[in-house]
Amino acid sequence: MAIYLTKESKVLVQGMTGAEGMKHTRRMLAAGTDVVGGVNPRKAGRTVEFDERAVPVFGSVREGVERTGADVTVVFVPPAFAKAAVVEAADAGIGLAVVITEGIPVHDSVAFTAYARTRGTRIIGPNCPGVITPGQSNAGIIPPDITKSGRIGLVSKSGTLTYQLMYELRDIGFSTCVGIGGDPVVGTSHTDCLAAFQDDPDTELVVLIGEIGGDAEERAAAYIRDHVTKPVVGYIAGFTAPEGRTMGHAGAIVSGSSGTAQAKRDALEAAGVRVGSTPAETARHVAAALGREARYGAVV
Amino acid sequence: MDLYEHQARELFEKHGIVVPRAEVTDSPERARGIARALGGRAVVKAQVKTGGRGKAGGVRLAADPAAAEHAARRILGMGIKGHTVGTVMLAEPVDVDREFYVSYVLDRAAGRFLAVASAEGGTEIEQVAAERPGAVARIPVDPDEGVTTSTAARIADAAGLPPQAVDVLVRLWEVLVREDALLVEVNPLVRTAQGGIVALDGKVTLDDNALYRQSRWGGERVESADPLEARAAAKGLNYVRLDGAVGVIGNGAGLVMSTLDVVAGCGARPANFLDIGGGASARVMADGLSVVLSDPAVKSVLVNVFGGITACDAVADGIVRALEEVTLTKPLVVRLDGNSAARGRALLDARAHPLVEQATTMDGAARRAARLATAASTAG
Repeated sequence: MAIYLTKESKVLVQGMTGAEGMKHTRRMLAAGTDVVGGVNPRKAGRTVEFDERAVPVFGSVREGVERTGADVTVVFVPPAFAKAAVVEAADAGIGLAVVITEGIPVHDSVAFTAYARTRGTRIIGPNCPGVITPGQSNAGIIPPDITKSGRIGLVSKSGTLTYQLMYELRDIGFSTCVGIGGDPVVGTSHTDCLAAFQDDPDTELVVLIGEIGGDAEERAAAYIRDHVTKPVVGYIAGFTAPEGRTMGHAGAIVSGSSGTAQAKRDALEAAGVRVGSTPAETARHVAAALGREARYGAVV
Repeated sequence: MDLYEHQARELFEKHGIVVPRAEVTDSPERARGIARALGGRAVVKAQVKTGGRGKAGGVRLAADPAAAEHAARRILGMGIKGHTVGTVMLAEPVDVDREFYVSYVLDRAAGRFLAVASAEGGTEIEQVAAERPGAVARIPVDPDEGVTTSTAARIADAAGLPPQAVDVLVRLWEVLVREDALLVEVNPLVRTAQGGIVALDGKVTLDDNALYRQSRWGGERVESADPLEARAAAKGLNYVRLDGAVGVIGNGAGLVMSTLDVVAGCGARPANFLDIGGGASARVMADGLSVVLSDPAVKSVLVNVFGGITACDAVADGIVRALEEVTLTKPLVVRLDGNSAARGRALLDARAHPLVEQATTMDGAARRAARLATAASTAG
């Protein structure tokens, strides 16, 4: 079953005909993703030949949805056009929009995430590596060949840390990995993913990767304490990161948390989450929780 | 991008918020002239992008132009929390009757902006918020509607602000939206003895992602005082200098932060943060390595790359290029995994530089780099 993305997902790519869009559409197809079309009003009616199939280019998301039954879109358009692209996808009734684009103005992200909520469209990202259900489908830029299908769910702000953990735990495998993105405003939170993994029969354990800044991890910890019965293993990056300069008082007033790595680790541990000190130790915690110590070595 | 107080003041004024008359200078002599133009008395305020100026002695009230010059001389060049004061703002003093607090700040969890306001403004506002949360109103702003007069009235009412604050709240929202700010804060917003409302001090953080559509700030560059950081910035590298001996280069902010932590866990201290980003080219890797190697505090360098989009053979190629451009005198530990890792490792094996070694795991690489740095520090 997995979460958010399965082999049944029909995927559109907004910005497919650009350089990044082409490169990653090729990779997504190779990973088994059912890419049913690209969207580009200036190239509508053409088809683009890939090894697996010829992919049609539609003039709008709505046309793509009507012609193919697409329910997922992956957005690669440049930052200045991202808001319009997401609004268009939401208006076309797309259920899941994965926004890869980096550098979108925050006011635009605030506007399109709010708009998508009113239309029932889930946003993953922006500025994220996407979501992968290994062996089934890959919507975004996560390398598909570094792990296999299995029973671990993973949620992370960071792309490369996601890859690192996917690789460390490649022998156990993953149900779904979600890179939620590192921007201040994202459409899907750690907590949203935890809720989905808790309800997913294919997920046995959840890996939660966080980093300094904001209070998403503290909120996730509170959610775990109250709602998650599956084991959760955490990792937080940024204990030695240069201290950010804080301007004004508003941030501290709002979150009530210092946002430090230690504060996040403490909050997770208080909720019963085992937190690794390194990615490798985190992987060993996961293996231990799943009774797979033999292959990964005991946790020190 | 954080703005200086005088830049925030300028934005407030542009959007019709009343601010004290003021001018900025980097010269004590000019400060005397400005004070004279302001009527003799002036508040002399250090322009630094950090809080706690007042407590550090960076704000002084001058009774006459000579005192203003003297105060400016004292404040210019002063260090406040690691920031050197390069300019001072001289502002006309205001007779304060009451101090309030108003801001719009991004509520990351809710994905929208929040109005935060209190009738008890001033430097102790964080303490007020912690001790008596009821004294600080927090009202979410609907992104579609923004702050209309009726929303502003609701905020003012909830916080116990006077009716004149409503107009300020509407205009401050305009600053936030029109200028693509992530934070606008007026603290204190004051009622003067004469009954007027004045924004006495303010903070504005602009969204770097939106600078492309904000022509006023497009050319503004945040110059780093550190020569290595400045050199890295000129090459478009995401580099932050730290105070340890192990140079760290990796791809992706999360993995690089994690690498710093693992190095620290091995008992060494990282010398820098350097993220070569996704899909980095050989050129970026070579530039990054040359910046890190030119830091005299660096005793060993750790390259930790997990290739997702980034191809490890391009990273290895960048290392090989850098070896041609600079003479390597410090040991380099390289860990490559993921996309094209086998080709990358083979490239480094073929180059066979005596000071370059490869590790198969992130932890192993960090341990080795830490040990090499410690050994070099002890020896040297």
